[in-house]
Amino acid sequence: MRMQIDWAHFTPWPSLAGGILIGIATAMFLVLNGRIAGISGILGGLLRPAAGDIAWRVAFLVGLLAAPALYALVTRYPSPTIEAGYPLLVLAGLLVGAGTRYGSGCTSGHGVCGLSRLSPRSLAATLAFMAAGFATVFAVRHVIS
Amino acid sequence: MHATSAFAAGLLFGIGLIVSGMSDPAKVIGFLDLAGRWDPSLAFVMVGAILVGIAGYAVARKRASAFLGGAMHLPTARQIDRRLVLGSLVFGAGWGLAGFCPGPAIVSFGAGQDKAVVFVIAMVAGMALFELAEARKRR
Repeated sequence: MRMQIDWAHFTPWPSLAGGILIGIATAMFLVLNGRIAGISGILGGLLRPAAGDIAWRVAFLVGLLAAPALYALVTRYPSPTIEAGYPLLVLAGLLVGAGTRYGSGCTSGHGVCGLSRLSPRSLAATLAFMAAGFATVFAVRHVIS
Repeated sequence: MHATSAFAAGLLFGIGLIVSGMSDPAKVIGFLDLAGRWDPSLAFVMVGAILVGIAGYAVARKRASAFLGGAMHLPTARQIDRRLVLGSLVFGAGWGLAGFCPGPAIVSFGAGQDKAVVFVIAMVAGMALFELAEARKRR
């Protein structure tokens, strides 16, 4: 089977530029705050609140939440396509929430920060969630439907 | 200062997610769909982020404390165990089903998208279930 590239949707430069911004954000958070910018860990840590460990988490999350508003000041916010219906979104959300906490990280903590640290543990996690993501999309798009 | 810097990092991270296309679940699923018409864009996101991240870590690893004060909180766990792999597999399955991982979901919540709001509520519920299970184990 020959692989087909979706040239119509391929956006190498914006994606590379966005990746560089994400890299700058994680690097600055690491050197300034001494923290890993792992989103699931930052959010999940709020469910186990400890004194002095709350403000920075909330501040980071408010930054994420405010990003679309700042982006929209400069240019039109891109309208996303979310194919999943509500029941599927609930199931997916539960899996992502429980899985990222059980596995100690997500695309940011393991995928970006962990691979930047050349951590074998994060590489294993990244390979596992990528493989599961590929397999799930294959099952949904090419087996079930 | 720590909170201000955390806010700025979150904001920049979120802008990066929007610029890169990761805040669009259809684009994420286009990347995960190897057998369909594959959109390799998100590999470029990872490459860009990791190249800068490596430089950041090279600075961070030499320091005993953060520039704004306080300890460096770098992960210490090294073992590749069942929890890590199973948890990551479960996360990947959820990621493939909806096309949302935690960062883009929170950004899309901030954009006021109903579906992202529902996803984030379910995601926090999943995290709470994990905390309940952990608390029960500790007793």
